[in-house]
Amino acid sequence: MEPLLQHLLNGLLLGSTYSLLGIGLTLIFGLMNVVNFAHGEFYTLGAYVTFAGLTVASVSFVLAIPLTILAGMAVGAACERLLLRPLRAASIDTTMLVMIGLWIALQNAELLIWGGVAKSVPTPFSTQPVVVGPVSVAPLRLFVFAVSALLIAAAHLVLARTKLGKAMRATFQDRETAALMGVSIERIHTITFALGAGLAAAAGALLGPVFLVYPSMGDLAALKAFSVVILGGLGNFAGAAVGGLLLGVAEELGAGYVSSGYRDAIGFVIIVAMLLCRPSGLFARAERVG
Amino acid sequence: MSLEVRDVSVRFGGVAALAGVSFDVEPGGITSLIGPNGAGKTTAFNVITGFQPPTSGRVCWAGTPITGRRPCRIAALGLVRTFQKTSVFSTLTVGENVLTGLHLRGRTGLLAALLGRRRVSEEERTLREEARAVLATVGLDARRDDLAGDLSFGEQRLVELAVALAARPKLLLLDEPASGMALSEKAAVATLVRRICDGGVTVLLVEHDMRLVMGISDRVLVLNHGRLIADGAPAAVQRDPEVIRAYLGAVHAAA
Amino acid sequence: MKRVVGVVLVVVAGTAPFWVWNAYHLHTLIMAGIFSILAMSLNLLLGYTGQLSLGHAAFFGIGAYTSALLTLKLEWSPWVGLLVAILLPALAGFVIGRLALKLRGAYFVLLTISFAGVVSLVSVNWMALTQGPLGLPGIPPVELTLPGLGAVSLRSKGAYYYLVLGAVVLAYGVCRRLVHSRLGRALVALRENEPLAESVGVDGTHYLVLATIVSAGMAGAGGGLYAHYTRFVSPEVFLFTYTVTMVIMVVAGGKGTLAGPVVGAVIFTVVPEALRAFASWQWQMLLYGILLIATLFFMPRGIVPELADGWADHWRPRPRTP
Repeated sequence: MEPLLQHLLNGLLLGSTYSLLGIGLTLIFGLMNVVNFAHGEFYTLGAYVTFAGLTVASVSFVLAIPLTILAGMAVGAACERLLLRPLRAASIDTTMLVMIGLWIALQNAELLIWGGVAKSVPTPFSTQPVVVGPVSVAPLRLFVFAVSALLIAAAHLVLARTKLGKAMRATFQDRETAALMGVSIERIHTITFALGAGLAAAAGALLGPVFLVYPSMGDLAALKAFSVVILGGLGNFAGAAVGGLLLGVAEELGAGYVSSGYRDAIGFVIIVAMLLCRPSGLFARAERVG
Repeated sequence: MSLEVRDVSVRFGGVAALAGVSFDVEPGGITSLIGPNGAGKTTAFNVITGFQPPTSGRVCWAGTPITGRRPCRIAALGLVRTFQKTSVFSTLTVGENVLTGLHLRGRTGLLAALLGRRRVSEEERTLREEARAVLATVGLDARRDDLAGDLSFGEQRLVELAVALAARPKLLLLDEPASGMALSEKAAVATLVRRICDGGVTVLLVEHDMRLVMGISDRVLVLNHGRLIADGAPAAVQRDPEVIRAYLGAVHAAA
Repeated sequence: MKRVVGVVLVVVAGTAPFWVWNAYHLHTLIMAGIFSILAMSLNLLLGYTGQLSLGHAAFFGIGAYTSALLTLKLEWSPWVGLLVAILLPALAGFVIGRLALKLRGAYFVLLTISFAGVVSLVSVNWMALTQGPLGLPGIPPVELTLPGLGAVSLRSKGAYYYLVLGAVVLAYGVCRRLVHSRLGRALVALRENEPLAESVGVDGTHYLVLATIVSAGMAGAGGGLYAHYTRFVSPEVFLFTYTVTMVIMVVAGGKGTLAGPVVGAVIFTVVPEALRAFASWQWQMLLYGILLIATLFFMPRGIVPELADGWADHWRPRPRTP
């Protein structure tokens, strides 16, 4: 029983960051209809910014995280303004390819700046696990979970309770009416993308210290983000939150009971299974066809 | 070869786009499907031609059930439709558009395409001749090497019609073929549709232009809010009080 | 004019080993040939059918591993190995195509990425079959049995160049035949307007599956040729870099044209090698990313269509339609 509980706990802790990734992508892919293949790169960017903050600028860990989110949002906003806005009228395929180009460019820029050797991020937490009954957990992971939960709650509040959130929801439900009501569609697009990028960067800032930081870490993260989005349904905030936890648990259980080498395959398998059986997500109601 | 629509309903969440619609279309003649905006006419087309599975009910063609089958299969059985929004292959030439419509007339598959020589080029030659014949029917043979996207709106609708005709339909479903056209163009379309019908093709037509509808239809079906409210000769339907109410009601709501 | 260009190309390409003295340059041409085949295969899906496959390196890799394993472990002839290197990925393509059914656009892309990801993980973890990260060295070279001369090993670069050239011509011929046939019309119709195509009887799923099969098989052929040339395969063949390079070649060269992918392949094989002295491959990949974006912004149709139009306008200036 104990290993199972441990796996479940680990899965939830890890899954919370997957939720962050997924929520960010569901905003971009689900609401803006942009196939953001560069999502993983914002994740990587977040990890490197945190690393730089801690090692080069000697910022405290707690401060590094909001700074990273801001950096992620800034870069995200710039990408949206420069790359996506001019292509608003283009086909979704063109946008997809542009994001792929961004993916390649960003990853190799990181490779050039930081080199290919994985970096370890120093954190102020002790490595001594905290034991609570039958399970133990590293303090860092607890912190990661807490911050993730906080960020998810904050994002939800922004979307559901603020004027900005209302404007966002209006824009993506009925663009013309929103524009008539005075909402600046262009600004909303930029902000939404920035939010998505910021959440991805946050996930990178949190997971960088847990694992290692290296330039291609974003590839798998992006795939897992898509996996979560498909699980939860495009544009479904709650679905992405739950989907992230599900993926985390599935990975931990799979790694623990089946094989750890194929751990990352679980995300792929989920994508394929969902696409084949229920592409609209686990939580979608029957949709109008065509 | 008759079309039987039995008790077809299409529901999205709480909204019924079609509710228990039943009608038959016998071979020969032009039947028009009219009704205020949102009455469910295009949905009916989508159900009949396989683009939208009905929530309940069934559709039969020549006695065989075709409910929910894929559009390409239904087209192979002889039911071909056009679309409400102008639908052509804009980056292909007019001739290539019609050649695509002739797809089912060809037999060349993967192996034949890679290995065959004479049979394949003969088939291509035959298809190209047929394409020109179809284009001549709609009067666009001179434009066959022009890009479909470069044509005027009215001409594009004719290309659409040619593509559908190329597929040798037994039942041709036209979704607002004259919408957005000038008066003279509409008259030409009406004559064309009449000629197509005289050539042995049964026509089911959705249109908003009452004069056009009443002018060429042998029979008129009226939909309102997803229900069939009238079915008969054009003159009788025009005088039907419920039909008048449906249209006046629509005008009222818009006012 | 086209005919003259064609003849010149044939002469130049056909005699290359005789006047390309530098063995390294010849190596570059051979790789350009292999990548031409890969680019042409991707073009069938991306350019003609309109669906992007980001898992094409998987078909390439499966082809490479298949031929390598059959010739190494079972000691079959490399010719049979090459044949199976086409058939097995084609089968994988069939499975993907069938699984994809109504999936289009981004969903199709995700399916192909996932497939490639799983295959990549298998190649690393299934040590018993693939020797994992160690790879498979010592793949036998291709041998040609000529009457009177006996078995001739195509080990020299010159000989292998002709093998690859022959494969390129064959692949080009296959694409050309396909594209100019009823099949090609169906594929383009699906790309341009799938509902309209379906409404006149074009079976979208059937043709997507066909395109995937041919595309995968062709990529597999490239893989087999690669394996017997470099005589070593490792999980590195599944690197996303290969897929990305193929995409750039097709998009920049001109998707939906026959010559585009070949031109793209030659440019993006020759130029990186030429630049190798000045810039590391990371810089080149960075450039690729920027170039992909730039192409989509400024030259979305790709090099070949833009050049062809410019050329046509030069020789036969078209009257500007009012």
